[in-house]
Amino acid sequence: MKMKIFSYPYMLWLVIFIVVPLLLVFLYAVTTTENGGLQFTVENLRRFLDPNYLDVLWVSIKLALQTTIITLILGYPIGMIIAREKPSKRNIMVLLFVIPMWMNFLLRTYAWLTLLGKNGIVNYIVTLLGFEPLDLLYNDGAVLLGMIYNFLPFMVLPIYSVIEKIDNSLIEAAEDLGANKFEVFTKVTLPLSIPGIMTGITMVFMPAVSTFVISRLLGGGQYMLIGNLIEQQFLWVGDWHFGSAISIIMMIFILIAMAITSKFDDQKEGSSGLW
Amino acid sequence: MVKNILKKLYIFLMFLFLYAPIIVLIVYSFNDSRSRGGWKGFTLRWYAELFTNSDILTALYYTVLIAVLSSVISTIVGTFAAIGIHGMKNGYAKKTVLNLNYLPVLNPDIVTAVSLMTLFKFLRIEFGFVTLLLSHITFCIPYVILSILPKLRQMNKHLPEAAMDLGATPFYALRKVVIPEIMPGIVSGALIAFTLSIDDFVISFFNKGVGVTNLSITIYSMARRGINPVINALSTLMFVSLLVLLIIINKKDEKDANSKKRGENI
Repeated sequence: MKMKIFSYPYMLWLVIFIVVPLLLVFLYAVTTTENGGLQFTVENLRRFLDPNYLDVLWVSIKLALQTTIITLILGYPIGMIIAREKPSKRNIMVLLFVIPMWMNFLLRTYAWLTLLGKNGIVNYIVTLLGFEPLDLLYNDGAVLLGMIYNFLPFMVLPIYSVIEKIDNSLIEAAEDLGANKFEVFTKVTLPLSIPGIMTGITMVFMPAVSTFVISRLLGGGQYMLIGNLIEQQFLWVGDWHFGSAISIIMMIFILIAMAITSKFDDQKEGSSGLW
Repeated sequence: MVKNILKKLYIFLMFLFLYAPIIVLIVYSFNDSRSRGGWKGFTLRWYAELFTNSDILTALYYTVLIAVLSSVISTIVGTFAAIGIHGMKNGYAKKTVLNLNYLPVLNPDIVTAVSLMTLFKFLRIEFGFVTLLLSHITFCIPYVILSILPKLRQMNKHLPEAAMDLGATPFYALRKVVIPEIMPGIVSGALIAFTLSIDDFVISFFNKGVGVTNLSITIYSMARRGINPVINALSTLMFVSLLVLLIIINKKDEKDANSKKRGENI
């Protein structure tokens, strides 16, 4: 019997709920509603070239890049430490990274308001040390912290799983051949963990560049990232054509970012193979 | 020695960073004050109020109902779809289906959300329970398929053929041979779908309707005025019950592993 007939209902589903909606967004992005009919225009895309909107795009990309770099720097060592632990301890540590995700992420992000607020715990410690209380909320720093907090596990877990699979005899061989710890890391462990790093970068950059929740909660009502702009156009302004245009522009940037990381990944795998 | 202390300190700080907000949430669910201010004394008021707060109970009801329905439906559709995709010849059609299936995984949530919102508006479906359920099923199925496909590839492809040679009808072979063989993939797919659905905010936020919301949306709309500590109480309860469930499963696994070992020794 042909098993493939089982996939036909899902193919129909794919067309209705995935292909058609995306095509509709494309259609909305390049049209405008005039006299009750749709009219083709590039006005929506051109409108985005306004310096205000470009600034929003720039801030979103900058924050997402900062988040990615900081989670990589903070996350790589812990991924490596977990991978080198004894199996029993290793599983517990991985679990400890997953458990926080069981609590609603909005609520966990909101809890940072309590920690960072004027009378919050962080400022309490700061004043105990004899400093003036700091203004920690509703700025770039707070949004950045919220993103690092939410996306750190997405960087740690792929890096951990790649390092954990590295054949230990490769490291021993490098040591036998006279490499010191630093050389073992830069010549063996790091190159072999590139695929994990690339997965981590994509898994952090993509949600970071498109978020609108973290920026709204920790950045305050006026804080604008590209995600907030899309939310605003669709839900509050009601200009679906411009909202669709922004979505398309964001998708293009994400595709570019993904193309760059996957290219980097391929090159590394091709050229630095051990043999 | 110094290096070891530094390492321990670094691990400690990382976990402190991850758990600080959770500790705050749990502690504040016992705080006798409505605001985010300081500690005003211990109370169980919020836990008692939880059972009378109809807004939060309604949101909880819809969250669980949508999560159960969407994980069951997407697991059934996804299982058949995965078997079907696996049965396709390697070629252009299979590649296209696999790539389209990847789209909701790779696309940012907000793009999936607005594209579905556009579709529902285009089809003039009223926003509410149906749109919420359909959008949840749509973003859950790809994860179910992606967790079942590797199991199908691992399966010996002669197994269902052998069953049919021995007289099984195709459906009987599917039920008795293929499904049991890929069961671990189906279970983990269903679990992923359930967790994704219960935790989702972005896609629900764009496709919700009047009177039908989930917990995430309730939390988001509360955030402006200050979150009702009842939500903290509810989350603490959900978090603790998941934790207990996990410990029980772990203990059972250990027991199973031990008895298996003992069995081997005999």
